[in-house]
Amino acid sequence: MKNKRSWFDRVASSPYIVWSALFIIAPLLFVAYFAFTDRDGAFTFENILSLSSYSETFIMSLGFSLIATTVCLLIGYPLAYCMSKTSERTRNILMVLLMLPMWISLLIRTYSLMALLDNGGLVSTFLTSLGFEKLTFIGTDAAVILGMIYDFLPYMVLPIYTALIKIDRRYLEASADLGCNSLQTIFKVTLPLTTPGIISGVTMVFVPSISTFYISQKLGGGSFDLLGDTIERQFQNQITYHTGAAISLVMMILILISLAIMNKFSDNEEEIIV
Amino acid sequence: MKFLSKAYIFIIFALLYAPILVVILFSFNASGNLSNFSGFTLYWYKDLFRSGEAIEALKNSLILAVCSSALATVIGTLASFSIAHSKNKYYQSIMKSVTNIPMMNPDIVTGVSMMLLFVGVGLMFKLDNVLGFWTMLIAHTTFNLPYVILSILPKFKQMDKHLIEAALDLGCTPTQTFFKIEVPAIMPGIISGLMMSFTLSLDDFVISHFVSSPDFKTLPLYIYNQTAHEVKFSMYALCTLIIITILVLLIAVNLAGAKKDKAPRRKPRRIAKGELAK
Amino acid sequence: MKTKLVELKNISKSFDGETVLSDVSLYINDKEFITLLGPSGCGKTTTLRIIGGFETPDQGDVYFDGARINDVPPHKRHVNTVFQKYALFPHLNVYDNIAFGLRIAKVKEDEIRERVSEMLALVNLRGFEKRNVSLLSGGQQQRVAIARALINKPKVLLLDEPLGALDLKLRKDMQVELKNIQAKTGITFIYVTHDQEEALSMSDVVVVMADGKIQQIGTPTDIYNEPVNAFVADFIGESNILDGVMLKDYSVKFAGHTFECLDSGFETNEQVDVVVRPEDVDVVPVEQGMLTGKVTSVTFKGVHYEIIVDIKGFKWMIQSTDYVAPEAVIGVYIEPDAIHIMKKSEYSDMFGDYSTFSDEMDHLSDIISEEEE
Repeated sequence: MKNKRSWFDRVASSPYIVWSALFIIAPLLFVAYFAFTDRDGAFTFENILSLSSYSETFIMSLGFSLIATTVCLLIGYPLAYCMSKTSERTRNILMVLLMLPMWISLLIRTYSLMALLDNGGLVSTFLTSLGFEKLTFIGTDAAVILGMIYDFLPYMVLPIYTALIKIDRRYLEASADLGCNSLQTIFKVTLPLTTPGIISGVTMVFVPSISTFYISQKLGGGSFDLLGDTIERQFQNQITYHTGAAISLVMMILILISLAIMNKFSDNEEEIIV
Repeated sequence: MKFLSKAYIFIIFALLYAPILVVILFSFNASGNLSNFSGFTLYWYKDLFRSGEAIEALKNSLILAVCSSALATVIGTLASFSIAHSKNKYYQSIMKSVTNIPMMNPDIVTGVSMMLLFVGVGLMFKLDNVLGFWTMLIAHTTFNLPYVILSILPKFKQMDKHLIEAALDLGCTPTQTFFKIEVPAIMPGIISGLMMSFTLSLDDFVISHFVSSPDFKTLPLYIYNQTAHEVKFSMYALCTLIIITILVLLIAVNLAGAKKDKAPRRKPRRIAKGELAK
Repeated sequence: MKTKLVELKNISKSFDGETVLSDVSLYINDKEFITLLGPSGCGKTTTLRIIGGFETPDQGDVYFDGARINDVPPHKRHVNTVFQKYALFPHLNVYDNIAFGLRIAKVKEDEIRERVSEMLALVNLRGFEKRNVSLLSGGQQQRVAIARALINKPKVLLLDEPLGALDLKLRKDMQVELKNIQAKTGITFIYVTHDQEEALSMSDVVVVMADGKIQQIGTPTDIYNEPVNAFVADFIGESNILDGVMLKDYSVKFAGHTFECLDSGFETNEQVDVVVRPEDVDVVPVEQGMLTGKVTSVTFKGVHYEIIVDIKGFKWMIQSTDYVAPEAVIGVYIEPDAIHIMKKSEYSDMFGDYSTFSDEMDHLSDIISEEEE
């Protein structure tokens, strides 16, 4: 310890150092390598420059995920707030109910939403029986965004709920004591104290939304080209790794920048523990 | 106000569960279409197991989950030990940043980057078909590692530093101290890391999608392939089975957790992600 | 015949460029109960940790039984420690915690059983073998920690503020018990505390430390009656510390009055610090007083009244069993043997009068007076 470090201390980290160099760092270098080379391995900016033709995809992906994130926040915060006000017994049951969908694979949940919205599915059958014209959901922007909201809503609720639960009751009492009404208390005390929860909720909805391909494949009826779809197609159909790598690289950098900006909003060091 | 809030909770949860209930319901539907429920059948369940593919995929998933979570736990425990013990701030912050990378990156980027690594190395050595069990194992271990480290590192931090000194004081060598004092102290972290990586590995689709080959399919990949083109009611049956399994496990864990207050709480992947991202 | 068991020679230690110990030299005799006493941050715990082997000194040498042990790791030293918050292993029960050291030393289980029950008897915990340590009370955990350390038959037992977490009454009981255990086992105890009362009541020798240096080493009565400087006088008990001038042997002038005293050996007209303990000041009618002053506050403390008297701008503390009314003008009488003279030191003038009790309040009133100016 304070004396000479034992051999054990020194050897312990080496497997992880080797592993992360080979399988965390090296893959990213490969992405960069493919993004900046052409088929013959020569250095080029061609792939990055060609991304301008994907600008619509970038904008659409960004727009979809921003809408989904905002809606999740608008639905999720009140839900978390209402949940935090229930009795402890109810709260625990609701927690299990909230966690359960998180444990069910994204594939299954997207697939089940599709069952509901499908052209011959329950919703459309129900609406036609009410006399509405036959509506098509699958393949619309709304269906894809709805898919994102449905899939990722629990990830917004949970961290906010955790932050709400952790708030010391005395803060709320102090706020009331100092003359805030309950709405003022929410905006002046509760909301600022749950900012870290909001930030992590937003992160957990935004990042998977902007990079998804499964949701848009299923609910977009295969006609959608979000960022994730574009990358997935480039690699799975082995069209070219170079463009796919370039898109991945840019997306990664965009996400890192937005995470950095979001973390600026809550510069407290406190960890969110669920 | 109270009523409104309860109604709101009810509506959101109803919407959250409606599609899942539809899947469960229609997995027993005799008519084989989604517009009407014409009668109860177990046909789709028999259909699911007819080819043996589902069983094979389940077997692959379990093998992969066991191997990758065990490997990640061993490497991650040792790494946490070294990070927690190091006095070098640069070393600590570099290790933590590297650990953060797979957490911060979207899964698709992690998947793509690993695929490029494997294919790139394959090209260098003129190998065909590099993808398969081993690349899956590497990829799963890699994305499991941060979660293992994440769940163990705080346990080292919470541990009373004097315990180590007390053990040395009572005659333990540093190595004996690790096995006799530190490992028991961080055991809850090791167990929750192991459980978390086991479930993450079972659940992963996106990363596996890029580093797998047709001859080693896990359950999520099998579901993806089966649902690629048409609605298959046997998949509804499979989903129902998985949902019920998860439900049973979750209730069991919660009951155990209620009995023993300190039982490690499992965290969904992205929640854990949010923790370390902070 | 006393033998030196542990010796520190010119020890210096700093953490991140901050000096914690500077040039500390100290020896500890066999079978002694020695206490390192000082405020937090004075270096007492670091000194203990250097003896235990948890810190290595930057400079200087540590000797144990005549051999230099600077580089000997803790697990190879014949020293055991009772840690501040006990550091009991939470995954082991009482028996296994106490047996830990013997198991590491590969002692036979039969012998372990015998020695553990001996230890449990010594610390009055018979029948607690199977208990979970985290469910024990603070005092019981304390006993387990002592037993766990003593079972290894160390030559020296290090105790780092072992009673800090206990309540007052229990602390007093444990003080007596620790003293008994030490007498019974004949093991050298090195005890760290910031509680001066604890140090005075338990120790054979007290080492007063401040700012990484040893201020004074002596028996409890020496330390209390003959403090070497203003720091020690202020830290141990309550003291009125005044500037004085030594006119000649046995005669000192302070507070505008010349007093007879028992001290000699100073130069003529040497500036000195004068200590008068509050309990040694007698309240008398004004006409009989050597000094007169106005009472500014009176606080009832149970056994006595604590009276603050303003004498020529200096706030004295007097402890008296007789009540005096606030605002009253009283006389003060001081016997020659109540006056203790100290040479000027770096701590002179740092300890003011009794306008305030704590440094924090001193600091606050300084800020206020600065603002007023």
